[in-house]
Amino acid sequence: MIEGIDITHILIVSTCMFFIGVYGFLVRRNLITILMATELILNAVSINFVVLNKFLYPNVLQGYMFSVFIIAIAAAEAAVAIAIIINVYRRYRTINVENVHEMKY
Amino acid sequence: MDFTYTLAIIGLPFVTFLLLGLLHNKLSHKLAGIIGSSSLFISFTLSCITAYFYFFKYGKVDGAYQKIEAFNITWLQLTDQLHIDMGILLDPISVMMLMVVTTVSLMVHIYSTGYMHGETGFNRFFSFLSLFSFSMLGLVVANNLFQMYIFWELVGVSSFLLIGYYYEKPSAVAASKKAFITTRFADLGFLVGILLLSFYTGTFDFAEITKTNGNELAMTMPTGTSFLGLSILSWALILIFMGGAGKSAMFPLHIWLPDAMEGPTPVSALIHAATMVVAGVYLVARLFPVYALEAPDALNVVMWVGTFSALFAAIIACTQFDIKRVLAFSTMSQIGYMMLALGVSQYGDHDGLGFMASMFHLTTHAMFKALLFLGAGSIIHAVHSNSMLDMGGLRKYMPITFITFGIAWLAICGFPGLSGFFSKDEILVAAYHHNKVVFYIAVLVAGLTAFYMSRLFFSIFFGKTQHYHHTPHESPASMTIPLIILAIFATFAGYIPFHDLITSDGRPFEAHIDWAIAIPVTLLAFGGMALAFVFYFKPSTMPDKIAASLKGVYTAIYRKFYIDEVYLFVTQKILFNVVSQSIAWFDRHIIDATMDGFATVTNYASESVKELQSGQIQKYGFVFISGVFVFAFILIYVFVY
Repeated sequence: MIEGIDITHILIVSTCMFFIGVYGFLVRRNLITILMATELILNAVSINFVVLNKFLYPNVLQGYMFSVFIIAIAAAEAAVAIAIIINVYRRYRTINVENVHEMKY
Repeated sequence: MDFTYTLAIIGLPFVTFLLLGLLHNKLSHKLAGIIGSSSLFISFTLSCITAYFYFFKYGKVDGAYQKIEAFNITWLQLTDQLHIDMGILLDPISVMMLMVVTTVSLMVHIYSTGYMHGETGFNRFFSFLSLFSFSMLGLVVANNLFQMYIFWELVGVSSFLLIGYYYEKPSAVAASKKAFITTRFADLGFLVGILLLSFYTGTFDFAEITKTNGNELAMTMPTGTSFLGLSILSWALILIFMGGAGKSAMFPLHIWLPDAMEGPTPVSALIHAATMVVAGVYLVARLFPVYALEAPDALNVVMWVGTFSALFAAIIACTQFDIKRVLAFSTMSQIGYMMLALGVSQYGDHDGLGFMASMFHLTTHAMFKALLFLGAGSIIHAVHSNSMLDMGGLRKYMPITFITFGIAWLAICGFPGLSGFFSKDEILVAAYHHNKVVFYIAVLVAGLTAFYMSRLFFSIFFGKTQHYHHTPHESPASMTIPLIILAIFATFAGYIPFHDLITSDGRPFEAHIDWAIAIPVTLLAFGGMALAFVFYFKPSTMPDKIAASLKGVYTAIYRKFYIDEVYLFVTQKILFNVVSQSIAWFDRHIIDATMDGFATVTNYASESVKELQSGQIQKYGFVFISGVFVFAFILIYVFVY
């Protein structure tokens, strides 16, 4: 337990992070920024896991394990996403999502 | 006695059909002719052996001929009782038909090797002839209604193929289509009849359906329910007879038979005179106990249709000039005779005289009518024309054809001592004892028959001698030998003791010539012949004068009472123009339009919503997250409040 900091405070922080991520995902046009926004979402979830595990079920480890998984997967995901972004850039000479719109009707 | 070998009678022509059909480019004409004829010869020999064994050795048990199932396999097991079999049933009429079919078919095969000599489709012709022989033999030995129906359609197909043999000729194509469609239409009735009958009896098997205990059917038949005053059974049998009437060219389904003469003449002799067209008579004879014992109404229909057709065709035959058409109408008239004889017959013993007479006439008619057609073929071969106006004085050029044709002519006229005399007399006796009106019509038809056949005979062989382009000559031996053999049959077939062999209940009875009927009828026939002699023996203007004085009537008869025109009117004007056109309009404007409407609406809808798929991932994300919010609110609303 951290003195003076309640579970609700931490959850508010993670919720804020989550919605900042969603907002970023929806409104930014730069692919790299969108990737960063998704990282924010993932990290918000990760914090939730850790906090809920620590405050509610201190005797088990599943929540921590999941956050470790998420970090690992986020790393892999970042690698793949950046590879895609580089390819997109090579092809279109831009990483603005509005100019990448071939996959439509 | 094991009759399993009878399979070969049917199997051989089928094998020949496959062989000739598959190798028709490889075989020489001569070899094809030999293969076809020799396989039929083996079938013929086996049929003779079967007939001997059946009639004189093993067929009779306790003084009555039994139905012997020579072979049977269950083909489709529908329910416990109802199954479709393929088998061979031997009883007096099927053995008799085996003899008739193989005899005529063999003669026609031999004859065709001469008649069709040099034709390009020679091998095709022989393979079709074998197909026909196979189907016809399969039809006569069928042991159940369904097998009969299958082979019934097969003979229809063979007939179609052979009528349309000269497929370059539009008239032959039209004739083959007409024959096929007309008989198919009639077969619809046959099929419905079979289904009705088998629905109520629960079996297709002839032996079970026609089994009798004394003078009653062993199986109870559904006579209770009725429709338009007739029992279901009567309707079933009338519908079955409709199929028979179509095949046997009974009025009003006869229109295809005269046109079928477009086929080669041996085909007319085999299919449209001796065998296939009597299938209808055979069908009624097959189910005769049911007709006679349970459905006299249906038998009355058979009688009146037969009587009317006999008279109707005989009248038309008097005015035709195409010799094959005269013979075609004569065939129709004689088949009417056979139907009439079945119609006036009853079941059992001497009451079954009509049944015996019908089968008797079927046999003798097959012989002399096949002979007439083959003779006509020989004449056409020599003169290269079908019209009797182009003929005359041919007796000098073609002596063998003259004599054999003459024998057949006398046989069909009922000249005493020849085959037609005996069978016709039996029919008239049977008619006399049952229905006087029918009897007098039959006598009239006998007179007419003598007249038009004599007209044909005198016009061809006597009358004024034509100037032929090249002198007609007698046909080759391959054609004259069958003529001679058939002439022998046509002379002596009348001496076969049919009343001992083929009766309605399988038991022999006493029958003898009734001179009180035979003498007046023979005199009438002589009268008809004499009239024709006066008109046609020497060139004479009298027939033309009489025809001119009866102008309207004569034209109506010459145009076959406008039946063809009526059919054309009904099909083209009423069916095509009124019924079909309105249905076509409905199809095009309602059915199609509905379908087109669906397509158009779908198209518009997709045009308007396809913008959603913009390719912008953030828009998709926005929609998705909005959806999540909506669901989240709903869930919170439902579960929390």
